[in-house]
Amino acid sequence: MLLKANRLRELALGPVLMLLGLASAGAAAAGDKVNQVNMAPGATEIGQSIYDLHMLIFWICVIIGALVFGVMFYSIYYHRKSRGVTPSTFHESTKVEIAWTVVPFLILIGMAVPATSTLLEIYDFDDAEMDVLITGYQWKWKYEYLDENGENVSFFSNLRTPQGEIYNTADKGEHYLLEVDEPLVIPVDTKVRFLVTANDVIHSWWVPELAVKKDAIPGFINETWTKASTEGIYRGQCAELCGKDHGFMPVVVNVVSKEEYAGWLETKKVEAAEIRDLMAQTFTMDELMTRGKAVYERNCLACHGANGEGGVGTAIAGSAVAMGDVSGHLEIGINGVPGSAMQAFGGQINDVEMAAVITYQRNAFGNNMGDMVQPIDVYNHKKG
Amino acid sequence: MGDHHHGPAKGLSRWLFTTNHKDIGTMYLWFSFSMFILGGAFAMIIRAELFQPGMQLVEPAFFNQMTTLHGLVMVFGAIMPSFVGLANWMIPMMIGAPDMALPRMNNWSFWILPPAFLILAGTLFMEGGAPNFGWTFYAPLSTTYAPPSVTYFIFSIHVLGLSSIMGSINIIATVMNMRAPGMTYMKMPLFVWTWLITAFLLVAVMPVLAGAVTMMLMDIHFGTSFFSAAGGGDPVLFQHIFWFFGHPEVYIIILPAFGVVSQIIPTFARKPLFGYDSMVYATAAIAFLSFIVWAHHMYTVGMPVAGELFFMYATMLIAVPTGVKVFNWVTTMWRGAMTFETPMLFCMGFLVLFTIGGFTGLMLSIAPADFQYHDSYFVVAHFHYVMVAGAVFSMSAAVYYWLPKWCGRMYSETMGKTHFWISFIGFNIAFFPQHFVGLAGMPRRIPDYALQFADFNMMSSIGAFIYGASQILFLYNVVATIVAGKPTSEAKTWEGAEGLEWTVATPAPYHTFETPPQVR
Repeated sequence: MLLKANRLRELALGPVLMLLGLASAGAAAAGDKVNQVNMAPGATEIGQSIYDLHMLIFWICVIIGALVFGVMFYSIYYHRKSRGVTPSTFHESTKVEIAWTVVPFLILIGMAVPATSTLLEIYDFDDAEMDVLITGYQWKWKYEYLDENGENVSFFSNLRTPQGEIYNTADKGEHYLLEVDEPLVIPVDTKVRFLVTANDVIHSWWVPELAVKKDAIPGFINETWTKASTEGIYRGQCAELCGKDHGFMPVVVNVVSKEEYAGWLETKKVEAAEIRDLMAQTFTMDELMTRGKAVYERNCLACHGANGEGGVGTAIAGSAVAMGDVSGHLEIGINGVPGSAMQAFGGQINDVEMAAVITYQRNAFGNNMGDMVQPIDVYNHKKG
Repeated sequence: MGDHHHGPAKGLSRWLFTTNHKDIGTMYLWFSFSMFILGGAFAMIIRAELFQPGMQLVEPAFFNQMTTLHGLVMVFGAIMPSFVGLANWMIPMMIGAPDMALPRMNNWSFWILPPAFLILAGTLFMEGGAPNFGWTFYAPLSTTYAPPSVTYFIFSIHVLGLSSIMGSINIIATVMNMRAPGMTYMKMPLFVWTWLITAFLLVAVMPVLAGAVTMMLMDIHFGTSFFSAAGGGDPVLFQHIFWFFGHPEVYIIILPAFGVVSQIIPTFARKPLFGYDSMVYATAAIAFLSFIVWAHHMYTVGMPVAGELFFMYATMLIAVPTGVKVFNWVTTMWRGAMTFETPMLFCMGFLVLFTIGGFTGLMLSIAPADFQYHDSYFVVAHFHYVMVAGAVFSMSAAVYYWLPKWCGRMYSETMGKTHFWISFIGFNIAFFPQHFVGLAGMPRRIPDYALQFADFNMMSSIGAFIYGASQILFLYNVVATIVAGKPTSEAKTWEGAEGLEWTVATPAPYHTFETPPQVR
């Protein structure tokens, strides 16, 4: 049935698109979602209930629409002056008015009942098996797995699509704008509770196929949850206008088997331990510059430009901060500039990354300060 | 009486100092049309950028300025003033009054508008660019994270609000005090009724908007923290205040459109409006409900479930009075003797497309389903069906309907119908596919999108260009009519037209109803 509907749609749409010369070759790469015209039931029970509700109301509207437009077009055809009709003069009927007030009201009650029960299901946050704290940042997401023993695993999830694809100098990949460097990983058949908040402005975490959309609001922690019944990769985007790169902060959720999830979580914990070891090391200039370039491109480039020329943010090339005293530079990197778009990165990137990016900024773009910052310097600065 | 009869003053001073409701109405209409073209130009930039995936024409930061200014200019500059212009022209003529009740204030309410929009448009040239936080300007994006031009934006909103409040007071005072003898409230034309109710809505909610922007101003410049969580404030509070203004605002836009349609359909059906009384009550019911549904714009902010349920039920209720209106219009056509001149075509287009917009509105009211629709292109499609096909189509209908009365010349029916069909087709190509991409998961206000949305976006852009071009045809039609249309002096342009405005000479003299008519 579904297949048939798809086929029909293609048949109907195909000629129209071709007529307009729209057969877009690039889109073919994006798979079965190309030209999707309806909501997807997705991978959760709630998603299915929402989809059913959506279709129920859609069909009620179609039927009412067919009746109203039917009467209207009948009238347009048969009650036109050119057919020589004489207009009637009737112009009121209390009975009719009451009828078409009461009947729609009853139909509305018919809609409200399933809507209420679905809503109550969505608002049932009990019995969650695990919690993930989601924090929206301009313009990336941070995921933090809350562990009962305090061994939280956390990481940022950034857009992975290269600038070249966005600015049309490279071919666009299959998941253009819907791909991240590190997806959220959750186990299948598990009720996962999301605690959603934001660090700067309001964002909204949306994955259509998991049937979750929740605003991430600074100062508030919102609750929502999902329970995916099929493994797979589900993609979504930030839904609330959050500034310049609102269109460039996708959400990717990888739903895996429970075993795979347990293994993945273990790896993340080991990685975290390795980073803690790295913090104690001393790096060479080359190591810091290589690491720093990567950190810069992920975190700074959007505002400060590919060559430190500035943009939303101030220029770094030749800036007084990057060419001034190290502790001032560290201060801005760690604590940001309150009241401006310059965030406090101290909590977003680790001390190795901070040391590397500060070193990079001081020595790239013709700044050539020649000095280095080590992770221990960052640690000491944070301690005060 | 002789000396009393004088025509308009000559030259620029006629327009600067005029207190004549017709002159002021004309200025409002031309001003709103120019804003419609400006807001349309912003929309063309948006659709050109969205023609293909990838960034082609503008940068994301500028794209956000375009979406913001498009919304603000269309809502506050194009649609609202156009209906105020129509009210100025038609209300005194419909109720048999010689002018508006407060003519000097009338002049002032118009003349503060152009400077306000000059300031708003001027922000494009300021350092940091124009406002870029969407026409809903949610804090803290519009406060802590806003460009410096936000202060000018706030000032401009204050002035616009002032203009709207003065305009509304004038309309209320006129309708309450200056009706011709015998014209009781329940004999007023429906356009007057819908405007009277709209005026009350405006007086009630414009100060709320003023409060919201003032709190923003305080947060930005005077160290308060109304909307900043870091200072103990509440970003969600902003949304409650904004939508307490914003939801009545959308009815402020659509109710006068209902009024226009209720005047035009009976004319061309040659049959009185069906259910006049229930139309009045339905309008009042919609206005009342508009005050208790605001948080349906905020289903995803994390309200308690009781709040969600209340706002869902209240919002669903709006379908009842709105349905009554649609049923009454269709029944008015039933067993009439219809002809389809341009104004009627636009009203038919209104009826079909507004009803579709109403249906998607009903779908959006269902809170659990809205978790999927919210902030997607489905919402964009919905509100363009009610705003463009609702307000703008009915405004076009109104212009064609009353233009012969205003200027004593008849427009070309062929050109008018061409304008309608191109608009209708272009509009649907532009906005129907947006339902699809929205349901498929495309968020609104993004400058670039994933590849699966490419075809429908290209279609949408082509439709938008067609619709945009058809408005140039509209301008041509109006100018051609005024300059070289076939002169007409028939008092009643349309065979089936009823109402006092059709009893005065054509073109309408500078002063009408200096002696009030007797209404039976």
